[in-house]
Amino acid sequence: MLPFILKRLGLAILVALTVSFISFSLLFLSGDPAAALAGETASGEDIEAVRVLYGFDRPMLVQYSEWLMRAVRGDFGESYYFKLPVASLIAERLSVTMILGACGISFALLTAVPLGVVAAIRPNSIVDRFALFLSVAGQAMPSFWFGLILIVVFGIKLGWLPPSGASSWRHFIMPTVVLGYYAMPAIMRLTRAGMLEVLNSDYIRTARAKGAGEGRVLFKHALRNAIIPVVSLAAVQMGFMLGGSIVVESVFALHGAGYLAWESIARNDLPTVQALILIFSMFYIVFTFLADVLNAWLDPRMRSS
Amino acid sequence: MKTTFLKSTALTLALSLAAGGAALADKANDTLKVAYTKELENVDSFFNSSREGVVLQRAVWDGLIYRDPNTNEYKGNLATSWEWIDDKTLELKLREGVTFHNGAPFNADDVVATVNFVAKEENGVKTQRNVNWMDRAEKVDDYTVRIYTKKVFPAAIEFLSGPVSMYPADYYAEVGPSGMGLKPVGTGPYMVSEVVPGQHFVLKKNENYHDSPKGQPTIGTIDIRTIPDVNTQLAELFSGSIDLIWQVPSDQAEKLASMGDRFTVSNESTMRVGYLAMDAAGRSSMDPNPYKDLKVRQAVNHAIDRQALVDNLLKGKSKVVWTACFPSQFGCAQDVAQYAYDPEKAKALLAEAGYPDGFTTDFYAYRNRDYAEAISSYLNAVGIKTDFKMLQYSALRELNMKGEAPLSFQTWGSYSINDASAMVSQFFKHGSLDSTRDDQVLEALNVADSATDPDTRIEYYGKALRRIADMAFWAPMFSYNTNYVMTKEVNYTPTPDEVLRFTDMTWN
Repeated sequence: MLPFILKRLGLAILVALTVSFISFSLLFLSGDPAAALAGETASGEDIEAVRVLYGFDRPMLVQYSEWLMRAVRGDFGESYYFKLPVASLIAERLSVTMILGACGISFALLTAVPLGVVAAIRPNSIVDRFALFLSVAGQAMPSFWFGLILIVVFGIKLGWLPPSGASSWRHFIMPTVVLGYYAMPAIMRLTRAGMLEVLNSDYIRTARAKGAGEGRVLFKHALRNAIIPVVSLAAVQMGFMLGGSIVVESVFALHGAGYLAWESIARNDLPTVQALILIFSMFYIVFTFLADVLNAWLDPRMRSS
Repeated sequence: MKTTFLKSTALTLALSLAAGGAALADKANDTLKVAYTKELENVDSFFNSSREGVVLQRAVWDGLIYRDPNTNEYKGNLATSWEWIDDKTLELKLREGVTFHNGAPFNADDVVATVNFVAKEENGVKTQRNVNWMDRAEKVDDYTVRIYTKKVFPAAIEFLSGPVSMYPADYYAEVGPSGMGLKPVGTGPYMVSEVVPGQHFVLKKNENYHDSPKGQPTIGTIDIRTIPDVNTQLAELFSGSIDLIWQVPSDQAEKLASMGDRFTVSNESTMRVGYLAMDAAGRSSMDPNPYKDLKVRQAVNHAIDRQALVDNLLKGKSKVVWTACFPSQFGCAQDVAQYAYDPEKAKALLAEAGYPDGFTTDFYAYRNRDYAEAISSYLNAVGIKTDFKMLQYSALRELNMKGEAPLSFQTWGSYSINDASAMVSQFFKHGSLDSTRDDQVLEALNVADSATDPDTRIEYYGKALRRIADMAFWAPMFSYNTNYVMTKEVNYTPTPDEVLRFTDMTWN
């Protein structure tokens, strides 16, 4: 088991490095960082001064290796835009994103898995149709629009919830629903499909034949097998939520890491973007790894491979 | 753009239906809540370059001089009088009895320390042009200072009344730009009580504000929150948790104005000018390069119905502009050649230039895709087929510096400096962004930029601007405007320089 984990870990670090190097080169392709930094009001001379000041006139490889040497020591440098340490800037914003991501994925799992199971037990029933409707709507509805509708209904019309901001738990209710709802359809459809397939398999028939209770059949035998792909999917969704909740963060004015990443790209704030990309890719790697472990626990067949 | 439009329409509709919910502005708490769209990088005004930063700068700090935004008259602020001792030396008498928010008294040492810090290039002030005309400052006595300029610089008074604020010497030496950004200290009408970088700023009225031409603050607390999505800003406005927003798109402003009794919508022009830059110098790889031909540039000018763009897209107080500067700027002569909308004449000019069937050109823009697309369709109509490319600002800037964009839609806001040099001298003095490189323009601008006599400046800026228009080096388009939306409880008349002045705001 240990060599396996170490191998995975080494691979993960290589993936993170590759991602960060590619993104570093892409940032240079997307526009002159000196011009972006100097701002819209700068003259040509201002831009040249900035280029020399920040060392953009040196070869890209030199700049990248310098960044890497400092990053491995935990020093992500200072944000070009905010003139503050990147580490504290991200720490401050990551908490918002982590809370939102955890709430979002919990909401999605807690609603989608039961719905998927029920839909699979009674295929083509009213419940199944309703679940289908929900998932189609969830896929079809852009999250910015859904978010704005919630704001109009619950924030303005009913006045129950604050429209935007992050100063209390009540501020997180609407963003959680929007973010979770986006991940819900895929999880639900996968649960339903997995359950349908498993429920028709021989070992379920065997379980029923030996007189196991329906609840035991469903949850101990069927769901445990059907949920395996869902775990992997949820891990990917969680990674996506942490890095990609840009729209939700923007609509609800939550100043999280996703929005920070988006804005930093537009501002060519290289140190911030680089640190965020590294952190986001680490998230993906960690969650995928955790999903594998969880799957191995759920399905003994996977442990040997 | 399409999704933004859909979003706006959907939300404004939904909001109209939902309107009528209880509005609770914070007049009772004497707290005015304002929304910013953009995350401000640093409150230290020398280390940001955004509109949001200028708004805070004018509230928290003072300059030596103040320009009345309505009459454009210069008045003493931290200085009470000033005088050019020679071409490059400005002597200022300072106001006595002024204190900074931290209690430190203001005197000549603060002016000297501030000027000497910002004028040094290695200290990295973000917009160098605002400060790099100053060489140094010297103290004459406690309330008299001299500022020495590097070259003859007649626009000094304008800069001293705009971007150059006075900082407390001891405090700034101790905390530096990042400390100033987190805990700003100035002499201005508002003190900063809370800063969450980029997200939240709280200002409190300065009870001891000196007798400044800015006027005394009346509203007790200004609470500014950054809300990036304009639709969310509107929702907050409707729910009563925001009192004032600005830079509201014109379609939404119109709908809000039509809703009658809840909101006041004010429109005011800004100094930003939109224009087409053409590669008249022939720096791009386009071969043959049609823009080297005067007739082609004139054809581009004749092809576009600027008034229709203003009436249908920009609306509000936007105006058609014919000059390479904003009309209110000092020296921005308006008696220049104008190119009336005449597509037939444009086609004829193209034919004369040897392009009877028009030509195909790359066309770049970095903002206002809708404006650029409208311009593009006018050009297509006369036979100039555009390959339209929307780029990030920095990417287009890079192309322009290398001279690789044959035709681009550009805008320039002059940093709210009311002097033609802030625009025409930026782009026509053979710098990297100069797409024309005309010697006659350069000569005229050199005289205008370094003359101290106002009449000479007017004469030579006029010469340069007329030459630019005659040669159709640019196709100037229009000026921009901005919409301010506030609840009926707020009383505020915006100024043409797009700076929110909290001292001018009162409760109704």
